[in-house]
Amino acid sequence: MNLLQQTFIYKALQNDIFGRYVLSFVIIIGTVIPLLNVFAPEGSMFDITTFTMTLMGKILCFAILALALDLVWGYCGILSLGHGAFFSLGGYAMGMYLMRQIGDRGVYGNPELPDFMVFLNWDALPWYWYGFDSFGFALLMVFLAPGILAFVFGWMAFRSRVTGVYFSIITQALTFALMQAFFMNKLGFGGNNGLTDFKDILGFNIQSDETRSVLVFTAALVLCITYFVCKYIVSSKFGKVLVSIRDAESRTRFLGYRVEHYKLLVFTFSAIVAGVAGAIYVPLVGAANPSEFSPINSIGIVIWVALGGRGTLYGAIIGALVIGYAKSYFTTSFPDLWLYILGGLFVLTTMYLPEGIAGRLEQLRQKRNGSKNDPSTPAKNAELEVAK
Amino acid sequence: MKIIKSLTIIVLAFSFASFARANNFEQAVQGLLENSNKKKAAAVEQLAKVDDPRSLPTLKAMLDAKLYYKKDDKSLVIITDLEEGATVHNLMSQSDESISDKRAVSKVRINNKLRRLLRSSIAVLELSSGDMAIRLESAKNLAKNPSADMRDVLIIALEKESSSKIAGFLSLSLGLIDLENEDPAVRRKAVDYLSGSVEPQAIGALKALTAKDKDGNYLEQDKELAAYAAKVFKRVDTKMQLFKTSENMLFGLSLGSVLLLAAIGLAITFGVMGVINMAHGEMIMLGAYTTFTVQQLMPELIGASLFVAIPVAFIVAAAVGVLMERLIIRHLYGRPLDTLLATFGVSLILQQAIRQIYGANSVSVISPPWISGLWEVNGALALTYNRIYILLFAMLVLGLLALLLKKTLVGLQMRAVTQNRPMANSMGIRAGWVDAMTFGLGSGIAGIAGVALSQIASVSPNLGQTYIVDSFMVVVFGGVGNIMGTFIGAMTLGVINKFLEPQVGAVIGKIIVLVFIILFIQWRPRGLFALKGRFVED
Amino acid sequence: MNTEKTEKFQSVLYLNGVTKSFDGFKAINNLSLDVSPGELRAIIGPNGAGKSTMMDIITGKTKPDKGEVRFKDNIDLTRHDEADIANMGIGRKFQKPTVIDSLTVWDNLDLALAGNRGIWQTLVFKLSSNQCERIEEIISLIGLSEKTEALAKNLSHGQKQWLEIGMLIIQEPEVLLVDEPAGGMTDYETMETAKLLKDIAKNHSVIVVEHDMDFVRALDCTVTVLHEGSVLAEGSLEKVSADPRVIEVYLGR
Ligand SMILES: Nc1ncnc2c1ncn2[C@@H]1O[C@H](COP(=O)(O)OP(=O)(O)O)[C@@H](O)[C@H]1O
Ligand SMILES: [Mg+2]
Repeated sequence: MNLLQQTFIYKALQNDIFGRYVLSFVIIIGTVIPLLNVFAPEGSMFDITTFTMTLMGKILCFAILALALDLVWGYCGILSLGHGAFFSLGGYAMGMYLMRQIGDRGVYGNPELPDFMVFLNWDALPWYWYGFDSFGFALLMVFLAPGILAFVFGWMAFRSRVTGVYFSIITQALTFALMQAFFMNKLGFGGNNGLTDFKDILGFNIQSDETRSVLVFTAALVLCITYFVCKYIVSSKFGKVLVSIRDAESRTRFLGYRVEHYKLLVFTFSAIVAGVAGAIYVPLVGAANPSEFSPINSIGIVIWVALGGRGTLYGAIIGALVIGYAKSYFTTSFPDLWLYILGGLFVLTTMYLPEGIAGRLEQLRQKRNGSKNDPSTPAKNAELEVAK
Repeated sequence: MKIIKSLTIIVLAFSFASFARANNFEQAVQGLLENSNKKKAAAVEQLAKVDDPRSLPTLKAMLDAKLYYKKDDKSLVIITDLEEGATVHNLMSQSDESISDKRAVSKVRINNKLRRLLRSSIAVLELSSGDMAIRLESAKNLAKNPSADMRDVLIIALEKESSSKIAGFLSLSLGLIDLENEDPAVRRKAVDYLSGSVEPQAIGALKALTAKDKDGNYLEQDKELAAYAAKVFKRVDTKMQLFKTSENMLFGLSLGSVLLLAAIGLAITFGVMGVINMAHGEMIMLGAYTTFTVQQLMPELIGASLFVAIPVAFIVAAAVGVLMERLIIRHLYGRPLDTLLATFGVSLILQQAIRQIYGANSVSVISPPWISGLWEVNGALALTYNRIYILLFAMLVLGLLALLLKKTLVGLQMRAVTQNRPMANSMGIRAGWVDAMTFGLGSGIAGIAGVALSQIASVSPNLGQTYIVDSFMVVVFGGVGNIMGTFIGAMTLGVINKFLEPQVGAVIGKIIVLVFIILFIQWRPRGLFALKGRFVED
Repeated sequence: MNTEKTEKFQSVLYLNGVTKSFDGFKAINNLSLDVSPGELRAIIGPNGAGKSTMMDIITGKTKPDKGEVRFKDNIDLTRHDEADIANMGIGRKFQKPTVIDSLTVWDNLDLALAGNRGIWQTLVFKLSSNQCERIEEIISLIGLSEKTEALAKNLSHGQKQWLEIGMLIIQEPEVLLVDEPAGGMTDYETMETAKLLKDIAKNHSVIVVEHDMDFVRALDCTVTVLHEGSVLAEGSLEKVSADPRVIEVYLGR
């Protein structure tokens, strides 16, 4: 790490108390849990099961995804109901690499074709699978697949000034259409079953605890990096333009800013980040499944951000951690209750906690520090203002 | 054989000339009691000429070996099951009676010759009937298994026939008969006959004539005929395409009306309040489950249950809608994105509640018989009644809604709020009240849509999710705050979908429609019928 | 931005035969207007006369159905969008004050500060010390020194008006369109605003829409009276106030 980066990180965290806490927590999850899983003696009180570790890894991926959405929604006011699609696309790109790594170890032992293609009697690899033998190429696709889709889609939508709920429901239609497409066998991505039965990644056994530990650590690392990149963006003048677009889009235009360019860049960047999250998620859970495209997943991300606190980066992470964990707990212990709780969260958060947990935390802190006006107060969503 | 043929022609000539009533029925049937087949044949011919409603049943019964005469008074009776105490129909007294002894009656026996004569006489009678339904039925039956004996009957009937549908069946039979002929000229004429029908049989016969072997030569010996058939086939094919197209069109329109029913409430609430109700699909689902519940409560009256379900579903869904508006949406006024999220939360809760009450699997809603039939226009075009009913129903709902918006005070206020909320407010319209009414109305219509959908789709807790995305697309495409836009949007998307489906499959079709919509909003960002106004833009 | 430069053009804004209707209602009807470089022009007219709509048309928010809208003689404004027009040097203050609510006063001015508006430039942008000084200068000019770090949404209506005026000035446009600046201000502030605008008009072209007659009098400039989307009268305040048609539609009430 060079000096410059260090200073930025230092400066970024200087005013960001809660960010410091949250990131420390993330780093602990990302290091201690993998270490305990691998080194603590089985059955001892420090032992962490692989299940728990994988769960933590998944939640960290969700947190990355939440950051991505917070950037476009919390800061720029673009409510995307299609981020699950970008996440899944990144995941599929990684999944395709992992599929190619299986080689002839599949059930059919075909060295050229993945099992599902053999099963469908395909005789050659479709052209869009070329290149995925290489990790580098797959990684490139992790960026490009969601990035290009977001760019093209965003270009058309923002150019024609599709905003607000219009934009939301069109992104929902997008992910819905993609879900249906990925469920088709014809498309060549494994249909219903998706991509699965992975063997190894970069030569390491994907099932082994050690590999998973590294993946969980990677997730934590990528989360921290994403946090700082986002932090840089939102504290730059670019970030102020984003907030300005959120609060008063047309005013921003009259100040001479090309709103559609700003939206397009931030939307594309956010989609890429979502794709990266998906690319870590897939090897961790061992499958890329078409149901990840389902609209409810995408809208689920929104509630993480809403509960955590839109417009604050650490809030998004808190939301993802809290709901990610709650979901895992309730769906195993009280499966019938979970949808009521989730539904209730949507209603109650928007009605009674519009600034999320982060908003409450800031309030508490301000009370303690007296009424000093702090510039890093979570920006209220522009919508809240109109209400008055 | 020859004799019968010529006899038939005479019979035909007489009956079609329709100066029947030569003798009365009672006289004519006397011959049937004779033992001689010749005399029976003469009697049959006479019967065919007699203009009496009993002639046809008599001949039919005779052909089906159900015609008997009572030994005592020689009166003719129709007996379905010959057993003691069976009810029989006396043709003379035209009343039902019962017989005490099997031996009291004797069957009117027939041979093959008579059978042929009977068939053609029946056909003549039926085909010259004034009742279209009888003629159609007869022509259809004849076409199922056309025999050469009927040729003359058919030719004369075809000349007289005014209904093109019946004529189609007649010429189909003729074509099939003549194709078996040896004379090339007759066969050529057969091809012409066949071209007059769009039944699958006719198409099949033409196709067979034009079939080719590997080298591209006609299999048919008569090459000239085959070439001619190919030409004719092309023409018929175009006609078939036309029917196919109109079928797709109708399917598209009926899908469109489903979309219309599902989307119109959404468009209204969006127009008036600027919010998207993500639980709108669940209102549809509630309507469908209401239908199911109503049917459970009145199992003997399935036919009527739908008519009960419509208002009940409206009320149930509208009540939930008003409740939602008062408890949640009202507090989120001016925050459309938050409203979207909160209503999504409600949709999750409603889905789960229904899942727990009725189970996660689909429940079976019964369709009354008058809805589930099939309307066969001709061999190439058949429509299920439910599609047509849905189309009509959607139009009815649309019409009522238009009236409501145009003629009532609530409608006027709604339109005022749609166009300029602050202005409407300052003119003393209670926007809050209008919002609640709007939401109730929009949800209520969704409930009605649920009743309609329960007749064509499986009713499960996910029902709403299936239609919600498409409804959104209708709203995006058609624009909001204008029911005309929703109407055209829904119909267009329905038709596009149905035309794409056979070409590329349902899923790709949907994706193409989405791409189309995204491209479309490049040109018209606010849909076909955009609301204009300062309030809308900000 | 100085007088020599602007004097190269005949007129800095030129509207000719502009018409715009909304659903059949003609908000602007065959409107013509000519503003010369460095001119201060007041526009008055009853509510709904089309004053704000005229500004919408000049700034690219609304496309006219018909007519010419030219900037510096030969730039056709109808072919450009809002951002383009703003960057060419036409700044606008809205009737309803619109500042960026969740940004501080300082950040609002930072956003408006003249400079490159490209996405990559803003990503790496750093305020120079000159620019910082400029912002501070404006802040004290608009009297918000105490509120530098306050969020804009916590300002009073008048303070928002001032902030928006500050944003307009710091944007350094050649033409300033100012829609009802005195709304929500005290009499004293209103006079201050008039003074400020006159000051600015020394080296900019300024068009002001206002209802307040004292304010217009204080501006002491050519007045254009708009009525039902077209110009009813034009000239000095005395002249137009004497015009019987003006009295009938506007002043008389
Ligand atoms: N976007 C719009 N859609 C519909 N009507 C509009 C729109 N903009 C302005 N109008 C109408 O045009 C007329 C002129 O409005 P405006 O320019 O705001 O007047 P002023 O600013 O002079 O008070 C008003 O009647 C207004 O309702
Ligand atoms: Mg105005």
